[in-house]
Amino acid sequence: MSLMSFFNRRTSAPVARERLQILLAHERGIVGGKPDLVAQLREEILAVVRRHVMVEHQNVQVKMNRDADISTLEIEVEIPGPTPVGAR
Amino acid sequence: MAKVLVVTSGKGGVGKTTSSAALGAALAHGGDKVVVIDFDVGLRNLDLVMGAERRVVFDLINVVQGDAKLSQALIRDKRLENLSLLPASQTRDKDALTEEGVARVLKDLREKFDWIICDSPAGIERGATMAMRHADVAVVVTNPEVSSVRDSDRIIGLLDSKTEKAENGDRIEKHLLLTRYDPARAERGEMLKVEDVLEILSIPLIGIIPESEEVLRASNMGSPVTLNNPSSAPGRAYFDAARRLKGETVELTIPSDKRSLLGKLFGRRAA
Repeated sequence: MSLMSFFNRRTSAPVARERLQILLAHERGIVGGKPDLVAQLREEILAVVRRHVMVEHQNVQVKMNRDADISTLEIEVEIPGPTPVGAR
Repeated sequence: MAKVLVVTSGKGGVGKTTSSAALGAALAHGGDKVVVIDFDVGLRNLDLVMGAERRVVFDLINVVQGDAKLSQALIRDKRLENLSLLPASQTRDKDALTEEGVARVLKDLREKFDWIICDSPAGIERGATMAMRHADVAVVVTNPEVSSVRDSDRIIGLLDSKTEKAENGDRIEKHLLLTRYDPARAERGEMLKVEDVLEILSIPLIGIIPESEEVLRASNMGSPVTLNNPSSAPGRAYFDAARRLKGETVELTIPSDKRSLLGKLFGRRAA
């Protein structure tokens, strides 16, 4: 360990503590009864979109990002472009 | 009235067997009649840690299946006459543990002992669920380390849902035993502090066992650390934890092994 890194060293225990708090908040939620929230959301969102536009299963991406204060749900639906004129 | 106590953790290698032996011996030393049962079928080790490995004839599975009587399988400790061991089978697999069989053995043991300590195997499979199934009290052994804390959280969830008490709408009494704790490293921010682990797991603390060479020394000798060196730091910490289990109020301190200045300077390196 160099002298610089010795003085710059940040303590690791607070990092461990924060990681555990976020992880366990989520894992306790799972045990509480929602086994696969993301998969379920994906299916339901796909069903809603399909009422209006035909989208393929693989074109819907649902991502969940969990953080200490807020979690974000990111939904990306790839809608097919207009059918090319020549294809008709 | 007899109490069934499970020593559990989820994660392996955190000190379940060491703690089962040390708490068992400490309680027996205080005059209670104690039996420690090894539930780690196929990978038994409690016999070795307690120095009884050459005296095993019958085991828990033999008793569960009716091939041996309880009195034939129980091994009485050579140092403390009110301490006994019920070893696990080394050759059978964990499926041989039936719920009814285990319940019957525990019922018989309740008539003979004050404390029935169930040393759980690691993991959350049959051996572990059988060990906790009929417990009145649980000691969750945790190291101040992320994977151990996570697994303990999972085990606490199982204690609150899969035990007989929980299914009957009762609450199982749960206690945290923090092992391999190094106060100096925690103070420097290199290790989770007692308060951190307590805040995350939110179950009451029964004791803090400091990291110590005495634990390995005791297992080398085949003697619970509370018998091998009662005045050592882990020895005293386990004695305090045992008194708290009995309902006594004991001030919470983290004992340390006495070390001379020279020992402090050179002792660590030599170990």
